[in-house]
Order: sequence, then C-alpha cells, then structure tokens
Amino acid sequence: MKGRRIIGLGLALIMLVLAGCSGSTVTKTDPAKDTKQAPAAAATGEFDWKRESGKSIHVLLNKHPYAEWVIKNLPQFESMTGIKVTYEVIPEQNYFDKVTVSLSSGSGTVDAFMTGAYQVWQYAPPGYMQPLEDFINNKSLTSPDWDFNDFYPNIMGALRWSLKAGEAVGTGHQWAIPMAFETNVLMYRKDLFEKHNIKVPKTMPELYETAKKLNNIDGSGIAGIAVRGSRNWGTIHPGYMTTFANYGAKDFNDKLEFTGGSDKGVAMTDLWAKMIKEAGPKAWSQYTWYEAGSDFGAGKAAMLLDADILGYFQDVEGGSPLAGQNKIAWAPPPVPEGHSGQVGANLWIWSLAMNSKSTKKDATWLFMQWATSKEIDLQGALQAGTVDPARKSVWENADFKKKLATKPGYYETFQTIINGVTIHFTPQPKFFETTTEWAATLQDIVGGKDTKQAMADLTKKINSMMDQAGLKK
Amino acid sequence: MSNHADPTIPLNMPATPRKVNRWRKWRPYLIIAPAFLLTIGIMYPFLTAVWYSFTNYSLTRPTFEFIAFKNYRIILQDPSFWNAVSVTVRYALGAVAVEMLLGLGIALLLNQEHWLAKALRYVLIFPLMISPVIGTLIWKLMMSPSVGILNYYLSKIGIKDFPWAASQKTAMMSVVLVDVWIFTPFVGLLLLAGLRSLPRAPYEAATLDGGSAWFTFKTLTLPMLMPYMMVCLMFRLIDSLKMFDIIYAMTGGGPGDSLMNFSLQAYFNGFLYLNLAYGLAYMIILWLIVYIISQVLSAYWGKAQKRAVGQ
Repeated sequence: MKGRRIIGLGLALIMLVLAGCSGSTVTKTDPAKDTKQAPAAAATGEFDWKRESGKSIHVLLNKHPYAEWVIKNLPQFESMTGIKVTYEVIPEQNYFDKVTVSLSSGSGTVDAFMTGAYQVWQYAPPGYMQPLEDFINNKSLTSPDWDFNDFYPNIMGALRWSLKAGEAVGTGHQWAIPMAFETNVLMYRKDLFEKHNIKVPKTMPELYETAKKLNNIDGSGIAGIAVRGSRNWGTIHPGYMTTFANYGAKDFNDKLEFTGGSDKGVAMTDLWAKMIKEAGPKAWSQYTWYEAGSDFGAGKAAMLLDADILGYFQDVEGGSPLAGQNKIAWAPPPVPEGHSGQVGANLWIWSLAMNSKSTKKDATWLFMQWATSKEIDLQGALQAGTVDPARKSVWENADFKKKLATKPGYYETFQTIINGVTIHFTPQPKFFETTTEWAATLQDIVGGKDTKQAMADLTKKINSMMDQAGLKK
Repeated sequence: MSNHADPTIPLNMPATPRKVNRWRKWRPYLIIAPAFLLTIGIMYPFLTAVWYSFTNYSLTRPTFEFIAFKNYRIILQDPSFWNAVSVTVRYALGAVAVEMLLGLGIALLLNQEHWLAKALRYVLIFPLMISPVIGTLIWKLMMSPSVGILNYYLSKIGIKDFPWAASQKTAMMSVVLVDVWIFTPFVGLLLLAGLRSLPRAPYEAATLDGGSAWFTFKTLTLPMLMPYMMVCLMFRLIDSLKMFDIIYAMTGGGPGDSLMNFSLQAYFNGFLYLNLAYGLAYMIILWLIVYIISQVLSAYWGKAQKRAVGQ
C-alpha cells in the first residue's frame, strides 16, 4: 500500500515538472521590441487595389450591425481586390475572450479584428497590435480617396496612445481605425414632456428633479430614468462617466492615484445615486445596455442616459413599441449648475485593428481601409443605420441629414457635443479591474452606503491595485 | 508443477509456453491503461494550473516568470478574498441545509403507495432536467421587481416591491432559492432510492412491537439512510462551494460584492482582467478546501455505512 502511494506521488511530481517545463516554452522575446520582423508597409509604386490579389485573410468580427454591413458588402471587396476574406462573427459576451486567446497565442491566424478603445490599453502594450501610421502614410498602400482627414480628429485620436500608463489618448501610434462610434447623451419621451409641460433638463440637479417628477407619473408605473447598473465596467462608461467628466472630476491624477473620491466626484456620484434610488428602474443593479434601452423603448422609462445610438435603434422600424411615432428626442448630457463652455461626452468606438503577427499585413490594410472608406460608411449610415459614422463627409451628406431629421434633436445634439467627445478615462492597463470595482462601489452606494465613505474605500482599493501592478508613479 | 498456483489453468495442462506467460504478465497493465490515460488527461491540466499559479502568467504579457507563492500571499491579504470565503461558505451552507431537509421530507412523502405519490415521483425530476443557467434566467424574469410574477402575487398580500436579487440584503436568498429549486430533486431522488432499498424486516419488527412513526424514523430510517444522506451531502456541498452558473446568470456577482464567491473571483481575474495566474490561485485554494471537506465527509460516510449495518 505504502509503495503504491510513493509511486503515485512520484508520478504526480514528474507530471508537475513536465507541465512546468512545457509552460516555459512560451516566447521569451518581447514582440514589441522584435526588430527581426520585416518593416511594415514597405511597399512602393502606384496604388492598386489588386496589388495583393490571390491572398487570403482572416477577420474576427463582433456580432453587431456594423459588422453585418461589412459582411454584406464583402463580395464587392473580393471582386475589387482579388483578396479572399474569411471571417468569424462572435457574440459580444464571448468576443473579447476569443480575441485575447487568438492574439496572445502569437499564431498570426487572425489578420484583422474589431476592437474598442479600452481594449487597446490591454492589447497594445504586450505588442499584439500593429501600429498603422506607416500604412496610412504610404501612398502606395492607401487609396487617395480614403482621406484620413475626413475622420473627426478626436475620434481618430481616441485610438492613438503612447503606451504610457496615465497619459491621455491622442498621441503616439495609431492602433486602430474607427468603423463607427457612440456618444452618450440624454434621450427623452417628447410626448410626455409636451403633455406635462416639462422643460428639457440641462443640469444634473434639473435631471434629478425631472426624473423624480416623471417617476410613476399618472400612476403609470413608468420609471423616471433608465441607466445601466450591472456589476460591470459598462455601468460607469456611458452616462455616469460622461456626467462625471462634465463635472470636471478626474479618475486618476498624473501619479496614477485614484481621484474619483474628490469633492466634485462625490457630489456627482451622490446625486446620481439619489436619482437612481428615487426615480430609477427597480432592478437597476441588473441593468445592462439591453435592459436600459428596451425599458425606454417599451415605454417603461421616461428618459434614458446612455449611447445615442441606443435610442436610435429603439426608433427604427420594428425596434420597439415606440418606433417611428416621433416620441423619442435627443438632448445633450447633463452638466453641473453654473457650467459654461463645451459640453463633452465619453464615447465607445468600434474599430478595426491589425494583428502584429499577421503575415499578410498589406492585404489586411487594403481590407481595413475599404471597410472604413467613404462609400461604405455613407451607404451603411443610409441603408443599414450604422450610426454614428466617424467621417465628417457623412454628417454633411444631404440624404443622411434628411434621415436624421426624423429623429428630433439627434443631429443638433451631435453638433453641440462633438468637439467635447473623447475618452475621458485615463488610459492604464488595469482599466477593466478598476472600472468594475467602481461599478460595484456604485451598487453599494445605491444600496445605502454613504457616498463619501464608499468612494474613500474605493480609492484605497484601487490605489493598492495600482501599487501591486507597479503602476503608481 | 507451477500451474497449480493458478486456479484458472486445469491440472492436466502442459507447462505454459513463454509467449503466453508474457501476455499474462502485461494483462493487468493493459486493462488499466484506458483509466490511466484518463487520469493523465485530468491531471495534466490540473498540474499545469498549479504550475501557472506559481507564476505571473497574464494574457496581456508575452512572457512570464516564476514568482513562487507571491500570488497566494497577495490573495490572502486581499479583503476581496475573505469576502469570497464568506460568500462561498454562506451560499453552500444555506443551499445545502435547505436542500437536505426539503429533499428528505419529499423523499419520505413520495415513499408511499398512494397514487399521487407515484405520479409525483416523475414530476419531481423536472427542475433537474433544465440547465442551471436556463433555470436561473427563468427565475430572474419571475423575480424581476417591475415585471415579475412573484412581486405581482406578493403585492396582493401586502408585500410591495420586494427587491429579490436587486438588493444586497436579499440577493443571497434569491440565488439560494434558485439553487434549492434546481437541486432539491437530486437529493429527493437519491434519498427516495435509498428509502426504497431499505430492508423491510426491521420495520415489520418495529410495527409488531408497537413503535411510533417518530421512533421508527429516529432509530431505523435515519441511521440506515445515513450513507445515502452523506453521499447527497458530499455532492451538494462540493457543487455549491464551486457554484458559478446561477450567480453569474443572476447578477454577475453583484450587487456590490454580495455574491462574489470563489468561482466568480477566479473568472473575473482570469478572463476579464486577464491575470490568469491570479485567477488560477483562487481556483487552487478552492480545490484545497473542497479536497479537505470531501476527505472528512468520506470518512464520515464510511462510519455511517458501518453504523447502518449495525456495526
């Protein structure tokens, strides 16, 4: 008996050592500093769509209307360039799991992938992403019609980052090209406001009072306002962060210490939590983008403070019970009392990025510039509702303006805030951890915890996280 | 003459040739080979996980180093870890206690020869046939404070706006309720099978001697059923300690940190924050806890088996 135990333990130890040895074959060189790779975008000669004809590329796409429009038009790309495009569409819940595994394996089987701006802070530092400015500036590889300057500079800039934790987006390498984006604004029931003679709120205190007034108005059971509340970074990112930034509060200082517990941050958070407690949805802590949007579209909430396109999708044909009845209107997000100057908003950009390990980078770049070209963007916005387009030319297009005229306030709100639209978070690689803890803290505050104490506890937690990760300066 | 040592070989057979001898020597090893391969298939990922938990392996880093017990040191000093311990233990004890009591009661009730009992035996297993995630989503809809049917009926008896899983105070009981609904049939079914396999003789003797129902239950049923109850307890306890589906589908760990148990912490750390080694350390600690508990319960199960046959 004892002998068998010893043999068993011995075998286990051997396997442990074997398992450990296999792990250490993971690459020990840092791809970001790998100078043996051929220089990207070294092509010369005249621009020709057919220059990479015969090649085949593989693209990862998130299940989203933007991706569906690209897939629909792929035959046009394939006949124009002779490049075969294979793709995988993955639901958003699992999409980034797949992207992370594909990129970290270093296999190069994926050439291009959809990404958001926050993911750049995770994927770019380890060298998984290919910087794109060499491709953009190479006239042999970029069509003269593509027109880099047609993109809103702050939208394109939100996908530029210097890789320095704590440094704002806008400088450094260009990591991705925008497909389309969302700003965060206020959407409200025009018909209810007119019926009860309610003014559109401009400040956060006004929003709170309006939400309270509308809550259960006429015994209808309607919630005053719908906002996200699940234990997820997506709860902080839209309406909350937009209002937080408009209050002049900052998430981190330049020493990468958490400053969300400042007086401005506490004041805004306190009012936000009060609004939810007194006029928000009853199951707020389980609300994602989906619940918030469908509550508004189903007439269960009088206002919605979230992505402008969320209200847009409720208003298209078949989108919700309110669709096409001219009952939804858009307005800029709330500001603190006495605020003057540019109203801003946080944003989310679905964009296309290139795998640094791709072996067909030129072909991939041809695909990426086609998918973000003027024609694709314009037709997508007109035919498939792929809003908000990132190109100025689309917003100035007469047909697009006519289409938006059916959405009261949409165009005006966009024009009002566009210059203040950027990523208001401080880029750092622990973004998802810190922002998820922030959402959990917000849930505690709505659950009854004192705001100042909760934000102080959050500050301690996040600072310790940054310390452990060696990020605190 | 050496043949006589092996009773399977007839006495009048000639001495066995060397070829057959070798085959007989290797036969036991070939028979256990599939099981052995399966064990390797289970042990290899497990030991890889143990190894990774001693490194700083992260999916956002192209290289990693051996850091010994640093992950474990950080975890044991992290308040989130101790919160996870509290949540995991409270969930497991709450769910298992209710399931065992309810399951035993249901098994006793269904162990009768009444036509209703016989019919309900088949209905009993319905919740078990649904995947826990689907069951949770059904309950999530029923528990919705705004459109859920539970609050509709509760409002009729004067309880307005019960928050269910939307509030820190009631989230735990909501997920425990879903767990109980899905897994009580498991306990009930196992105990029912146990009840039906108990020997009749002691019960006839007790009836003849005039023992009450409670006396019969206390001195006959309970000790004889104890091995089955220990098996149920082991299964349910281990399952509840590592529960992920129900909690993630219901609230994703919220509100706040009220439902962040071990499995959820491991998932968030490993797959959302991409610190795979840190998430694995959580899982290894959970494995250690489950292993110790299962060893203790196994020992009790052995004792209960001996007691059940009167030793």
